[in-house]
Amino acid sequence: MQDNTQSSSYQQLEQKSKYTNMFLRWFLYFVLILFASYFIFPLYVMVVTSLKTMEEIRQGTLLSWPSGLNFESWAVAWGGRGYGAGDTFLRPYFWNSIKMVVPAVFFSTFIGAMTGYVLTKWRFKGDSWVFLFLLFGCFIPFQAILLPMARTLGVLGISNSIIGLVLVHTVYGIPFTTLFFRNYYVSVPTELVKAARIDGAGFFKIFFKILLPISAPIIVVTVIWQFTQIWNDFLFGSTFSFGEAAPIQVALNNMVLSSTSVKEYNVDMASAIIAGVPTLIVYVLAGKYFIRGLTSGAVKG
Amino acid sequence: MKTLKIEDLSKNFGSTEVLRKINLEIDEGNFLVLLGPSGCGKSTLLNIIAGLETINEGNVFIDDYNVSKVEPKDRNIAMVFQSYALYPSMNVRENMIFGLKQAKTSKEKIEQQLEKVSKFLQVDQLLERKPSQLSGGQRQRVAIGRALVREPRIFLFDEPLSNLDAKLRVEMRREIKKLHQQLKTTVVYVTHDQTEAMSLGTRIAIMNHGVIQQNDTPENIYNKPSNTFVADFIGSPSMNLIKGILKESSGEISFSVSGSNVEIPIKDYEFIDKSNLNNKEVFFGIRPEHIYFKKSNESDFEINLRADLSEYIGHEQIMTFDYANQEILAKFPSTIKIELSKETKLYFDLTQTSLFDAQTEERI
Repeated sequence: MQDNTQSSSYQQLEQKSKYTNMFLRWFLYFVLILFASYFIFPLYVMVVTSLKTMEEIRQGTLLSWPSGLNFESWAVAWGGRGYGAGDTFLRPYFWNSIKMVVPAVFFSTFIGAMTGYVLTKWRFKGDSWVFLFLLFGCFIPFQAILLPMARTLGVLGISNSIIGLVLVHTVYGIPFTTLFFRNYYVSVPTELVKAARIDGAGFFKIFFKILLPISAPIIVVTVIWQFTQIWNDFLFGSTFSFGEAAPIQVALNNMVLSSTSVKEYNVDMASAIIAGVPTLIVYVLAGKYFIRGLTSGAVKG
Repeated sequence: MKTLKIEDLSKNFGSTEVLRKINLEIDEGNFLVLLGPSGCGKSTLLNIIAGLETINEGNVFIDDYNVSKVEPKDRNIAMVFQSYALYPSMNVRENMIFGLKQAKTSKEKIEQQLEKVSKFLQVDQLLERKPSQLSGGQRQRVAIGRALVREPRIFLFDEPLSNLDAKLRVEMRREIKKLHQQLKTTVVYVTHDQTEAMSLGTRIAIMNHGVIQQNDTPENIYNKPSNTFVADFIGSPSMNLIKGILKESSGEISFSVSGSNVEIPIKDYEFIDKSNLNNKEVFFGIRPEHIYFKKSNESDFEINLRADLSEYIGHEQIMTFDYANQEILAKFPSTIKIELSKETKLYFDLTQTSLFDAQTEERI
């Protein structure tokens, strides 16, 4: 008898917790879907607007579906309309940005890796101070270095050039990349370096043969970070370059703001997407390697 | 010619003194174990021998050549690390031949060495594997193999077994012992594990606070510890150190504890210095395993002590007795039954005792 009442109350409890769990699960999905749509909404508007004609934009609503796949505005955003003065389009500036971002990411990542390697595996007197000052670099606001940087670029004779922007981004990136690599190399056992030294490997050989091959995860993290920062930068681009040397974000701004005639929302939207696509690609491609690198546990060996 | 000689070596990190006036010599083919608690400087000493740390004072000689300023790779040494330190991106083959390649050894010689060593250590089936695909014991073997292929003058081991589980540790310990017996190379081995030190070493140097406390054979370290630190550090449970005074009357020396009228005669003890023994405050040292339940030698000293505590650990039991308010530990076979809180008749083996000056804590 005792057992029966006991087990029936367990049954009741089980029923109750089943309903509670079901409700919570549905509630969870509801919230997740809500947030997902909130985040996807602007992208949706951008994509559909870029595929509409101006006629459709004027007549339809923001959310309405385009009449067909009309890539004309994309072509205009990328290559212009073909008439002379005043026609701004993204193609040349896109290549400007590529020419800026590739060397800047490469150099800042490489220098960061080297600095991180020295700060962890070749400790010297005062190395923690060096690291501290480098860390300060992460907290200096962009605006604070505009004037001194402009002066420096002027003295070096590389203002308003891609090379100048590469330099600015490399220098500004080093604190961050150093921080990443230092924190990664701290977890790599120093005994590896000792073993390599006894085996007769020198400073560079240890870096290239031992450390760098196991740095894939942090290289990916650094590249994603640096690429996003540099590609999306507007302040440095607009301050240190103008006209033909401008990177894509500056050109995008000029294009959208300086339209003399009617606002062409479809072209604007297409341009904005084009300007954002490379970062997306980097995330999609490198993100996979990032997770793979993290889960393979390559370091502990 | 000494294979390794260390002369008046001192090392400090900033204001912290890590090693103080270390003097050490090893003959060819010896297995020297540096043993001590963590932070005693033993690993630093090993790193200095390897050339991975700089020296503040003193010199290191290998084959009578002063190597104090010689690069690690040119010292003709090889080192096995606690974390194995196998290069994660290289497979076993590349790991083992990395050093030879750096030294620009000829291809045939490299292949020859690799084959010989990998067969010897039974890792020849694993050559294409990455370190992450090996078990702990296999990694350990590869790490030793990487040291072996270089045919160094001196092997340096930095706590190579402490990352292994207990069972594997005993196995690998035997393998290292076998290895040394077969190859007869000179080894310097760092550990904090006394069993490892005792079973492997032909000589043991016990270190504490950057000073070598005793450098001797395992037998002498165990039987004739040179001070109370060594006496206390070696053995489990460690040596009983009973505080009391020596009395000398008409040539007969005896030891007694205040609060007890028992006088333990000290006969046949090899004093280092026989003067001024009367009324000297001393520690009377006797190991738990040298206190017997049955009289086994004619010279055994009979004493009645109260049993306070019994710890059963399978093959044996550790009993705690009270001797004039000092704790005495004794080790017996677990088959013996002893009643607690009662006086029990015990026998001290007086041939196995040590005496230490209570002030200097040095052996007398």
